[in-house]
Amino acid sequence: MNYFKRRNGKLRLSLTGKEAVWGILFILPFLIGFFGIFLPMIIDSVRFSFSNMDVESTGYVLHKAANNGWEHYLRALTIDPDFNMLLINSVLSMLVRVPLIIIFSFFAATLLNQKFKGRAVARSVFFLPVILTSGVVFGLENSDLLVRTLSDVNMDASEFENFLNVSRFLMEYTNLPKPIISYLTTAVNGIYDIVVASGVQILIFLAGLQSISPSLYEASSMEGATGWENFWKITFPMISPMILVNSVYTIIDMFTNEANEMMNEIKTTIFSEVKYGFGSAMAWIYFVCIAIILLIAGWLISRKVFYYDER
Amino acid sequence: MKDNIRSKFNMYRIARNLSSVIRAVIIIGICYVILHPLIVKICVSFMSESDLYDASVKYISKAPNLTNYKMAIDGMEYWKMLIKTGIFSATISLLQLFSCLLTAYGFARFRFPFKKLLFGCVILTLIVPPQIIMLPLFMKYRFFDIFGIFKAIKGSPVNLIDSLIPFYIQSATCMGIRNGLYIYLLRQFFKGMPRELEEAAFVDGSGKLRTFFTIMLPSAIPMMVTVFLFGFVWQWTDSFYSGLFLTKNHVMASVLSNLSANIYSSYEGFGGSMNFISPGFVSMMNNTGTVLMILPLIILYLICQKSFVEGIERSGIVG
Repeated sequence: MNYFKRRNGKLRLSLTGKEAVWGILFILPFLIGFFGIFLPMIIDSVRFSFSNMDVESTGYVLHKAANNGWEHYLRALTIDPDFNMLLINSVLSMLVRVPLIIIFSFFAATLLNQKFKGRAVARSVFFLPVILTSGVVFGLENSDLLVRTLSDVNMDASEFENFLNVSRFLMEYTNLPKPIISYLTTAVNGIYDIVVASGVQILIFLAGLQSISPSLYEASSMEGATGWENFWKITFPMISPMILVNSVYTIIDMFTNEANEMMNEIKTTIFSEVKYGFGSAMAWIYFVCIAIILLIAGWLISRKVFYYDER
Repeated sequence: MKDNIRSKFNMYRIARNLSSVIRAVIIIGICYVILHPLIVKICVSFMSESDLYDASVKYISKAPNLTNYKMAIDGMEYWKMLIKTGIFSATISLLQLFSCLLTAYGFARFRFPFKKLLFGCVILTLIVPPQIIMLPLFMKYRFFDIFGIFKAIKGSPVNLIDSLIPFYIQSATCMGIRNGLYIYLLRQFFKGMPRELEEAAFVDGSGKLRTFFTIMLPSAIPMMVTVFLFGFVWQWTDSFYSGLFLTKNHVMASVLSNLSANIYSSYEGFGGSMNFISPGFVSMMNNTGTVLMILPLIILYLICQKSFVEGIERSGIVG
């Protein structure tokens, strides 16, 4: 592209050049933040993971770790008994729960987008989990044994019986393969976790649904389209960018959630056991896993995404 | 013929009623799942300690009282904290909103070199777990300096820990809590807007900035309200950054996490001769504190809900 042109012998910005300058001016806050604050911190963190740190009164000193600096990484992957298991566990539980959360939140957003009495109340209730599961509130809830025993989040005997009955019913009267049945029953059983984890996603979908112009629906209804066709031909394509956002967000949220065992392990390693190097190495291995999964998921979904205004 | 039409109409009405009943059942069911923990919290906040150990009491206390609230309000310095944290969170989330709007618009509408790579960087800020950068972050603001300017003037880097400046810097440069998500959301929104509006404005002689402020922003109001709400709520309940940057109790979140210990130490001896904090007392205080902390957020949400819908109606051109 030509960002410059020559006029009267002087070098000037061309139209694309001007556009580029404006674009960079608009994203300037982010550029400063990223290159001034974020990137240096990331580099520091990588340096920590390759070294042993001695904290002194005036600051800290880094020594290169053994095995050419890879000591902590090797230890996490080959010696530490818990690390690999935790890693696989968090990836698996993410794979199970992300589709459920996306489907549930889309369903809930569609429900909340309809007109009915008490819609405002229902909306505010659905948004509550964002408050209930964030930051300090979540931490207190997890540490509060009494309330956890009081609330019915844990399965008790009668609930367990129901759970068995549902599975038996599905097995006897439907021809679904066993893995699907067990997937469905765990989904139903973990409904609290799913509902609570999908507050933000519902809101994102809702905002997306409301930005679809009603005239599209009017036009298609005039042509005789049914609700079902409207959904697949209008709502779904128009909302597909939001599905991408939500999938990315859900995956990240599952991984960096404070309840995630891996996160806890990293935190205790760094701050309670004061092993900065080892903790940083664990965090980086974990991070690489997240990045790979996100790339795959993002690539798969973005092939199907439809943009109203493509350029 | 007439009967046929009438019966069809009846069928239609029955189907519609049935579907609204099913919808009501589903919505009420999900609402129950969400509200249950909150109801438990509110119930516990009215109990006294003996109710907690009483097996016959499940939700309603035998002698409901407001002692917990009185103690929690005193212990948290609630009203002072409410105003302080409110102003603080609102400022932070407005700053975040502004910088994220600019960035998102830049990414949505302009072509410039390395655009894809830079947008990848936005996603990177979102997916890096905050625990990774915790230590470097602390060091950064403990010994804060821009190109050695402060060192040249004052002889040493500035210590910004225990002030609110780190928060302002972080949010003005899109580095606040989950700002990558806001940028992503707003960019998606701007990309979905029809380009004709801006082209029309351009033909009429409006500059880039003016187009942005007078044409794009008014249509983005619902999205802006959403982002503001997220920013406010997460700043309000954040204990990660406030624990990192503030050692004294400056905001509600840090006060709440130390609440029961604080009260217990100031009410020395009211639990008899025990020298440990009883779990029942901790539970009551945590629940009461949480209720007190969530309440303003719920009210705020109910207010924003209205402008949320209004904003959408006003921007009827979207799509």
